[in-house]
Amino acid sequence: MPGRSTNDFTIRVATVNGSGSQSSNLTLSNAIFRLGVPVAPKNVFPSNIEGLPTWFDVRITSKGYKCRTRDVDVLVALNQVTWRDDVAGVKPGGAIVHESTYPVSGETQRDDVTYYPVPFSELGKKHFENGDLRKYLVNMLYVGVLGELIGIDEATIEAAIKTQFRTKPAAVEANMSAVRLGIAYAREHFPKQDEFRLQRMTGKTDGTLFMDGNRAAALGCVMGGCTVAAWYPITPSSSLCESFIALAEKYRTDPKTGEKRVVIVQAEDELAAAGVVFGAGWAGARAMTSTSGPGISLMAEYAGFGYYAEIPGVIFDVQRAGPSTGLPTRTMQGDVAFAYTLSHGDTKHVVLLPATVEEAYSFAMDAFDLAERFQTPIFVLSDLDLGMNSWMTPPLPYPEKPFDRGKVLSADDLSKFDSWGRYRDVDGDGIPYRTIPGTNHGNAGFFTRGTGHDEYSRYSEDPQTWKGGLDRLVRKHDAARARVPQPVSDENGNAVGLIAYGTTHHAIAEARDILRDDGINVDYLRVRALPLAADVAAFVERHERVYVVEQNRDGQLYGIMRTELPAHLVERVFSIRHYNGVPIDAYAVVDPLLSALRMASVS
Amino acid sequence: MSATHVNIIGLPRDVYKGLPTTLCAGCGHNSITNHLIKALYEFGVEPHRLAKMSGIGCSSKTPAYFVEQAHGYNGLHGRMPSAATGAKLANRELLVLGISGDGDTASIGLGQFCHMIRRNLDCAYLIENNGCYGLTKGQFSATADVGSKQKNGKVNDYSAIDLCGLAIELGATFVARSFSGDGKQLVPLLEAAFAHRGAAILDIVSPCVTFNDHVGSTKSYAYVKEHEIALHAPDFIIASKEITADYEPGTVKDIVFDDGSHVLLRKLDREYDPNDRLGALNVIHETRDRGELVTGLLFIDTTADDLCARERMTKTPLVRLREEDLRISREDWSALTAPQA
Ligand SMILES: Cc1ncc(C[n+]2csc(CCOP(=O)(O)OP(=O)(O)O)c2C)c(N)n1
Ligand code: SF4
Ligand SMILES: [Mg+2]
Repeated sequence: MPGRSTNDFTIRVATVNGSGSQSSNLTLSNAIFRLGVPVAPKNVFPSNIEGLPTWFDVRITSKGYKCRTRDVDVLVALNQVTWRDDVAGVKPGGAIVHESTYPVSGETQRDDVTYYPVPFSELGKKHFENGDLRKYLVNMLYVGVLGELIGIDEATIEAAIKTQFRTKPAAVEANMSAVRLGIAYAREHFPKQDEFRLQRMTGKTDGTLFMDGNRAAALGCVMGGCTVAAWYPITPSSSLCESFIALAEKYRTDPKTGEKRVVIVQAEDELAAAGVVFGAGWAGARAMTSTSGPGISLMAEYAGFGYYAEIPGVIFDVQRAGPSTGLPTRTMQGDVAFAYTLSHGDTKHVVLLPATVEEAYSFAMDAFDLAERFQTPIFVLSDLDLGMNSWMTPPLPYPEKPFDRGKVLSADDLSKFDSWGRYRDVDGDGIPYRTIPGTNHGNAGFFTRGTGHDEYSRYSEDPQTWKGGLDRLVRKHDAARARVPQPVSDENGNAVGLIAYGTTHHAIAEARDILRDDGINVDYLRVRALPLAADVAAFVERHERVYVVEQNRDGQLYGIMRTELPAHLVERVFSIRHYNGVPIDAYAVVDPLLSALRMASVS
Repeated sequence: MSATHVNIIGLPRDVYKGLPTTLCAGCGHNSITNHLIKALYEFGVEPHRLAKMSGIGCSSKTPAYFVEQAHGYNGLHGRMPSAATGAKLANRELLVLGISGDGDTASIGLGQFCHMIRRNLDCAYLIENNGCYGLTKGQFSATADVGSKQKNGKVNDYSAIDLCGLAIELGATFVARSFSGDGKQLVPLLEAAFAHRGAAILDIVSPCVTFNDHVGSTKSYAYVKEHEIALHAPDFIIASKEITADYEPGTVKDIVFDDGSHVLLRKLDREYDPNDRLGALNVIHETRDRGELVTGLLFIDTTADDLCARERMTKTPLVRLREEDLRISREDWSALTAPQA
């Protein structure tokens, strides 16, 4: 029987950023995945280009959990600055592979862990001549050492390296020589003493691939027909637009003429990026921008204009830890409440909340349809954890539906009536008809404005007209409720329910298993968009107590629910919050929930 | 012969009119609107191809007062250049006409103005420059000259931003200055701006009769009339017409645009080369130091690529592309998202 440490442990690689460890870490993750064992890599990195501490956790999990864990079982220590703390962070019974020159004494000398000292830099100097490549190859050494210690065969590592360097096949051999050196060193020096082992599994990783959420969102932009993108670089959203640029280069460029069926503008700031989106959306293109919190603050102005003038546009917010510049390379679900009502006055937006790579892809496509259907800005809020980490995911499905371009009048349509009103609610769903500039008909034109307007888009300060317009926007927002991605739930008639959204989902999945093992069963509903679907209130209605779990300090969805739920349900809703910058783990749900339940049963 | 006059695309002048103005009587912006109507009519702009875009201010209201049929976009204060960029990129067949004020462009929108010029967005960009914020009741703008006086006697201590000088410095490919009261000069410059491929910047002094037309203001009718120095008398010849102008060789500079139209610059009393960037900057500085206001086509470069060309965009407007043009093929898709295990 495999022990608890077979296929269930976490490797932490502690190093400094800029040292070239990323490809080693991804190779390691990929090799484990090739053994059929699920992995959840989490990169915890600094806001810096070179020389600050960085950690890469490879969570190996036979059950396929995708959230972070606090446990570190195997440490690869390659940063002397954090050496002491890194050693302290290893769980009793753990293993430490470390640069042999680091002192093992005093605090760093523990008797409940196994040490595997490796002369990494000495081996590097001796074996790798090329100074530039050396740092990368030294990192590949630990892949070999770990492979030997935990049981990844050379052929599997080689296959992973080939995947990692598929665009640079010449690099495979040099990297493999480093891996072999690591394997040989470990074989010669370390009789295996710890208990962490990998064993081939079947049926857990079949048919899946690794992808980060930003790339998935970029694929959604391509397949969703986005033709105009504007962005201002900001972590952790940059790789979304950069992926889109790379995909456009390949799939939107005429091979003969070099002409592009897309345009991507690096704007001067986020004000301008949003302006490009709401200019292009007005002119009929599917347009997007991607940003993070600081950029969202700047986009407030155009978000309100897009809402009131009713212009389609998609805004991706890959959330990071705020307020202010905050922690640029740490995660948070911090912009939910802000994005929902972004801009002054009575503004309300549609916000999509993807939790997985598949949703990062499909919600991106949905966003363009919804933006045109509802003629309004659509926010897609992912976060650093989803956007920048690699996740195991099933292949992304090819879209079978055509684009939904919404209510657009063509020149032919216009010939059928004498007049039309840009902001008239003809169908009773609050959604008016629009025309696209360039439509060759004398009645096509209208005057778009962010100032008060009547149904014909004429300037108006009339109280009834103004109020009527705002009320129609509410009807439109309400109509969106049933058209946005609906919640998904897993219920068994329990008294207690959990509500979460986005990446918090992955911690909930593991937390429910832990609770179940303790004999506590809780129901679960995952919100996937704002405005809240009717199911959310119904779920609360079916439960005595509902805990809203989210990754921010102030309980932002909790606040929205308290405002929007029927009054008699408000007191059933409670809040659990996680906001230290690193992705939420299962115990950040389990511990506060257990103490809340204990309190509740006492009172 | 029919008595109704039509332009080269067969449309009567009335088509180019808009709603009645709501600006103050005598406002320079109204004169500009009238000159614009004339220029759009003469140039033969198709109303459905025209995108009238503006920011916020009295000046930015004016797109409502011409070509009522055309699509208009009265956006956000200082943010029109970005919206104009988006609109043009979405549909490169649109003729983008941006209208702004000196507050809209030189203060809140200075960043977007600069970057639009850097990108050489194909548009005509008009600044209706009155040296003050008309709509918020007359505060100084950043184009007010040092020493000029507000109505209440307050004197401006801060140096003026010269939008033409700035535009030339930033690499603009078409820079002109004119005066709302001078249709003879302004109309051909407007037409040349429509013909130009790239960002055509027109800084048009446009007195605010309500807040900035008194003695002591350098943007008043009286001041401009007295201090204007015109570089040349421009004429615009549309592509379909032959140049039959009665000029002597050597007295006119002829600039030809991509579409075959010409702007003819008749020399006044001085030699001036509008292809000389440094020369243009010199003239702007020299005249300003003398307290004069130089007008005319200050600089032009008809050879530079515009944004759409630099981005190698397809000639088909992006708005017309469909699923089959935009989605990755099924074969490529399965390779792209192939399972790794
Ligand atoms: C963000 C923002 N700040 C302030 C205003 C108020 N505001 C409206 S118009 C204007 C100045 C307009 O000046 P200018 O562009 O020169 O136009 P003019 O009225 O002089 O033609 C200001 C400050 C606004 N609309 N938006
Ligand atoms: S306040 Fe000045 S700028 Fe505004 S409309 Fe009146 S005259 Fe024109
Ligand atoms: Mg002004």
